[in-house]
This record gives sequence, structure tokens and C-alpha cells, in this order.
Amino acid sequence: MTVKSCNYTTCQTTWLVVLRVAIGWHFLYEGLTKVVNPGWSAVGYLLDSKGWFAPVFQAMAASPGVLSAVNFMNQWGLVFIGLGLVLGLFTRLAAWSGMLLLAFYYLSHPPFVGLNYALPAEGNYFIVDKVMIEFIALGALSLFPTGKTIGLDRFIFRK
Amino acid sequence: MEDKNNNIPAGSGSKINRRDVLKGLATVPVLGAVAYGVYKKKNYERFLKITIADELGMSREEPVAPAKSEGKEIRIGLIGYGIRGKQLAKALGFAHPTMVDSWIEAAQKNKNDLRYADFKAQDDLNVRITAVCDIFDTYGTMAQEMAANINREGTGGKMGEPVKRYLNYKELIASPDVDAVVIASPDHWHGPMTIEAARQGKHVYCEKPLTWTVEETYTVRQAVRESGVVFQLGHQGRQTDAYLKAQEAVEKGVLGPINLIEVTTNRNDPNGAWVYPIHKDASPETIDWEQFIGPAPWHDFNLERFFRWRCWWDYSTGLSGDLLTHEYDAINQILKLGIPHSAMSTGGVYFFKDGRTVPDVLTTVFEFPKHDLSLLYSATLSSQMSRGKRVMGHDAYMEMGNTLTIYADPRSTRYAEKIKQGIIKPDEPIYSYIPGKGADTVTSATERYFAGRGLLYTYRGGKRVDTTHLHMKEWIDCIRSGNTPSCNIDQGFEEAMTAHMGTLSYKHRKQVFWDEENEQIIV
Repeated sequence: MTVKSCNYTTCQTTWLVVLRVAIGWHFLYEGLTKVVNPGWSAVGYLLDSKGWFAPVFQAMAASPGVLSAVNFMNQWGLVFIGLGLVLGLFTRLAAWSGMLLLAFYYLSHPPFVGLNYALPAEGNYFIVDKVMIEFIALGALSLFPTGKTIGLDRFIFRK
Repeated sequence: MEDKNNNIPAGSGSKINRRDVLKGLATVPVLGAVAYGVYKKKNYERFLKITIADELGMSREEPVAPAKSEGKEIRIGLIGYGIRGKQLAKALGFAHPTMVDSWIEAAQKNKNDLRYADFKAQDDLNVRITAVCDIFDTYGTMAQEMAANINREGTGGKMGEPVKRYLNYKELIASPDVDAVVIASPDHWHGPMTIEAARQGKHVYCEKPLTWTVEETYTVRQAVRESGVVFQLGHQGRQTDAYLKAQEAVEKGVLGPINLIEVTTNRNDPNGAWVYPIHKDASPETIDWEQFIGPAPWHDFNLERFFRWRCWWDYSTGLSGDLLTHEYDAINQILKLGIPHSAMSTGGVYFFKDGRTVPDVLTTVFEFPKHDLSLLYSATLSSQMSRGKRVMGHDAYMEMGNTLTIYADPRSTRYAEKIKQGIIKPDEPIYSYIPGKGADTVTSATERYFAGRGLLYTYRGGKRVDTTHLHMKEWIDCIRSGNTPSCNIDQGFEEAMTAHMGTLSYKHRKQVFWDEENEQIIV
């Protein structure tokens, strides 16, 4: 898939960049809180998984090797994706990686009928939740790239 | 709107101009904002943590792992190989090969089933089961096979020397190759067996409750005291980390004056109501019925009474002896309450109308005027709604279980200033303890939720330890060192009298009192 030179108005660019930076901020902060909390582990979250893919996530928690990889991805993966989105650095790769992580979060805790989680939800969700909306937003951002305009990609992808 | 400046100028060459730099780095200051925010937030949290920790004065350490059991091998005689007998044997490091098989199979089917791994990893106490006794032939034979399984193996593994089965507990106790006995018989036999063992100079680990009647309680205490044997009563809750932390919180006055404590039993299945399965091999030919009856009133052979003996006062101490005792002992451990001044019980057989004589719903209120405190126990065998153990202080409220959580009371005197300053928030714990995660004054809500559901520490890479194993280990270590275990005969005496007071009040439908001077229950 290639997206050739997009022509946005200043206003369009501004809002796309604001959306990109806001999602980036969210990823970065989620990652940093995990990095600075020495006892943090994804194990509780994984074990609390429900729905079709629950056995997969529970198996991840049961295997120490996989678990440490999952923990690393959730700490540094989130941080790097957050940095990428905020800085506009490898923006599209950051967006796709973010979508991958969000897909995991969604599939492990899908807001379907009859599924209840240890953590209480702060809103009311059915099928569409905040994770899915963030996923969709990243999908849109990957097709309306702004890193080459406002971001470090401007230097990297110079023609 | 003009758009000419917002796009990559096609073919603009490699020269980076001022506009490129400004646009390329436009979002970098956002990182500064994130970093500053995280720094401020962390500082604020650290400030809260330190301030609250200073206020509470609670230690941050987890109870240390006990040292390895070393010294002379101790030879144990096991009396009773029913449900609890099997668990106690396991805590000593022994299991029947078929039981090990079932754990291995369960672990293959479900990787989260750690029973086999835990059993293999359990510390070696350097003990041997040299004698077993069970009055049901099938269990007796299984106990022999269990005791021979010295390498913790499944079927086909290398077994040790065959172990002798005794048909009568007195012969087992008298055996010269028994140093100590583990008693896992029905309640009505706890007293007589402990007395016999103590008089023969054998150390005793006895399942709770200590006794079945009030009278024998004095004799048991006397026999243990006079003989000097090392006695441990089977309240393994003594080893629960969270209780040890709770004790510290009480000692440091974190809760303020405590005037009401609520403890509960919440079960809702036949097994929890003591309706255990009846073994297919059981018959008058395979069971020594007369020995089962022992000190109990005579009743003709009855399989339900043999396997589900907890349902009848003839052999059991009901909810008071079986489950209230665990709750009471936990509170007695923390607050050192001793025997209550009075007890008042009500309840009935409301759900399991299966011919049982012991109630399935029971509420008992104990008064401790010396401590300005009421202890409320309420139990049901027909609802699993978990109500926990709640210790209510004027300054803070504590919820105990595998985890420990303390909340400041919004009207607390001690914390009033800090609540006003916003440092202590009454809806957030001022202290929480999660086994394996350590103690903390501010723990994230996520972790508390997961830990409360037993999800955090159960599957950690670290070792999960069975509290019954630790409780037995303490007893074994005391036999070697000559020290006194935590649930010794005096604690047992208090536990038994408290339970008997609850039962007598229920049976007589009136409040009963403890005459401290004469050590008598006044009905």
C-alpha cells in the first residue's frame, strides 16, 4: 500500500498531528509507568483474559520465557511506539506496531456479552471499546501520515 | 485554507532549511511535557508513600523464608488417612503414587496446575513416616503405600521399605520406632489420642479442634504439659504472611481502638458441608466400627456416619470446632484475646436437611470486655458470598485474607490531620500486603484486584508454599530445637474452650460465660 503525496490544509494537518501526538502520549505514558514500576508484570492481566483467545494469553502467562518477552514488549514496546508517534519518527511503523499491541489488548479482554473482568470498566462498552477506537484511529493515521510533514520523518525520508 | 507549506516539497533537494528544522522538531517539546509530568507524578506518589509509611511505621519486608530443616531424622506415626490425613502427609512430603500420577496428569492437561511441581519443590523435612494407622482397610493399605513413597514418585517409581500398619492407635503410639505422631482422626478422638501420645512421650501434631468435650480439654493440657512433648495444633493460618503483617499493624496501633471484629465462613457445596463421598469398598468387614465409635454414644454401623462424621455431634464439634476455630485462632494470633468472657450462639439446620444434627447456619457473638471488643462469627454452608475477616478500628479498618488491606476511617482521630491535608485518602488503602509482592503503602488498584482474586502470586516464577507444610515444619524444627511452636497447648486450650462455649450456647439456647478464676464454662 502506498500513499502518495497528500495535500492537507494547515487545519487538517494540525488535527492529524494533534491526534497522533495524543495517542503517542498515551502509549508513552502507559509504557513509562510500567518501566518505572519495578514489580510490574503483565501476568495478572493475561490470566484475567476472557473470550475466544483466553487460552492463548493464559499460556503466555504460564511460560516464563514468553512472559518476560511480553513484559518487555509492554514496557519498551509502548515507550518506543509512543516516542515514534509523538516525534513523527518512523510514524507508520509506530502506528502499525501500536495497532498490533492494541489488537492483543482487545482480543484478551473483548467487551462481549457475558464477559466480566477483574478490573472494573470506567465506562460502558459493548464490542466497541476505547482500545478498538484507538486501534481504528491509528489505522486512519497510518493512511494519513503526518510524520514527513511535522516530525523527524521529514529528515529521514527526504527525497 | 492555504496548503502550500504543509507538504513535502517534491524534489526539494537535500538541503535542510530552517522551516524543515522547525517542522521536523515541532513535536519534540511534547516529550519534555511528558517527562516533566511523569517526574512530578512520581515525586508526588513518593511523597505520599514516605509520609504514610512514616505515619504507620510498618516494616516493608516480607517474612523471610525459613531455614532448611536439619538434624536427626524424625520418625512419624500417622493416625488417620482420610481427607485431612492425606493433606498432612503431603505437607510432610509424602503422597500415594496414584495421587502423584493424578497431579502429573493434571499438569500435562493444564500448565497452570502446579500441584506436582509444588510437591516436588517442597522442602525436605528429613522425616520418615514409619507407622500408619487407619481403621478402614483400604485407607490403611493406601497409607502404607504412601509412606513407602520416599522419593515422591508416581506409579512404578522406586519405593522405600514397606511401612507397618497398625490396627489400633495405641499400638502405633507405643511403637519404639515412632518419635512423633500426627493425628488426623475424627474430632471425638483428638483428645484421647493426644493424651495417650503425650503420656508415652511422643510429640504431637493434632488437627483442630483440640478436643470434643470440655472435660477432656483439661486432661489434654495437663498430659501435654507434664510430659513436655512438643505439641502443635493444626491451625496452619499461623503461617500466613498476611496474618503476620496484620499482627504488626495491630501492635503498632495502626487501627486505633478495635471494638468490633467480624469473621465468617462462606461455603456452598456438599463437600464444604461435609457430605463427602462414600468409598465403594467400605463395609462392616473393612471398617473397625467399634473403634470408630470409641468414646461416642453407640450407634449401629452406618456408612454416612463413618465418612460424613462431621454432620453429627456424636463425633463432631460442628461449625464451632471445624471452622470457627480457624477464624478465632487467626484473631487470637493477632490480638492475643484469650478465652472470651461470654458466648451467645444461634442458628439451625436450614439447608442440608439430611439428618445431620450440627447446624449449617450459625452465628456466635463472643464478648471480650477486658479488650473492649466483640467478636462476631457468622457462618453459612449455603452461600459462597465471601465476607472476609474484618477488623474494625476507630482509626482504620483492616480486611484480612491471603492479602491484607488497611483503609483509614474517614472519621479517624489519628489520621484526621493527614486526611484533611489530602495525604491520606479514606477510599484508598493506606497499607496493603500482597504475598510475593511485598508490602506497600500505595499499591495500584490493578494489582490489588488481581491479587484479591489470587491471580498475582499463584503463578509467579517464585515458589508457592503450602501453609500446612510450614506449620508442620515449625513443629518438626521445634522437636529438634526444643522450642515451642506457635499454636502450642495453651493456644489450643483457648481455642477449644472458645469453640465449646459457642457450641454449648447453641445447644442450650442461652448465653454462656467463662469463669476465668476457676477455668470453667458456666452454662
